[in-house]
Amino acid sequence: MPPLTRWFLKSSLLFFILSVLFGLLLAVQTPLKLPASIVAFSPVYFHLFMVGWVAQLIFGVVFWMFPKYSKEKPRGSELLGWIVFGLLNVGLALRVIAEPAQALNPALVWSWLLAVSAVMQWLAGMIFVANTWGRVKER
Amino acid sequence: MPRLSIWFIRSALTYLVLGFTLGALLLFNKGFPFYPFLWGLLPSHVEFVLFGWTVQLVMGMAFWILPRFSKSPFRGNEKLAWGTFILINVGIWLHVLGTIGSGSQWLVLTGRVAEALGIVVFAVYLWPRIKGVGAP
Repeated sequence: MPPLTRWFLKSSLLFFILSVLFGLLLAVQTPLKLPASIVAFSPVYFHLFMVGWVAQLIFGVVFWMFPKYSKEKPRGSELLGWIVFGLLNVGLALRVIAEPAQALNPALVWSWLLAVSAVMQWLAGMIFVANTWGRVKER
Repeated sequence: MPRLSIWFIRSALTYLVLGFTLGALLLFNKGFPFYPFLWGLLPSHVEFVLFGWTVQLVMGMAFWILPRFSKSPFRGNEKLAWGTFILINVGIWLHVLGTIGSGSQWLVLTGRVAEALGIVVFAVYLWPRIKGVGAP
């Protein structure tokens, strides 16, 4: 398993744990009479799950197992792969901080962090597709 | 990688582009509201990333790597799996069209029926390929 895949998979497991912790927090909001504003954490919960866990696990396995791009570059551009890893993880982490903060205490800094997070995650997705497309082939 | 997997996975990657683009616009709009109409595209975002990206990628991978049969046709009745590919994609777009603007409950329902049919057909297709090493 290549190093980048190990980073993707280990990071995806950490986001998986974090997502279920957020799920737990949402589940105990009513019985423990926690502030109703905690509901604002819902989008973070399912994006931790779908982007942090599911998409990242797929990205890591695809980078590892898909048909070789070429003899010289079997996995396409490894540099682009690392850039995807960085953009996706930092982008998602910014969202985890800024989205609840924006809901609880709106401020310009949170707006900017949300915008930066959106751009970083979008770039990660586009670069991943560009770097993977050529490996979706018969051999 | 077989031809149908190429179609499933390239289609999944295309939906990843659509789903991530809508998602990024929605998140940006949360920080700096610039176009309220975007919130109406939230169901499309969910449809693209769940059915378009995740489900189709998994189906393409399953068609590719699950055990094959010892005799031809090695991947079983491929027509069933092609049927799934068509039903899922038609279902996604019917659902998306049904949720945009004033929308249409009937389009949403028809889309969901197409997706459900596609998934049942895929389960029927894939069932015999879930088998032990050396099984025929």
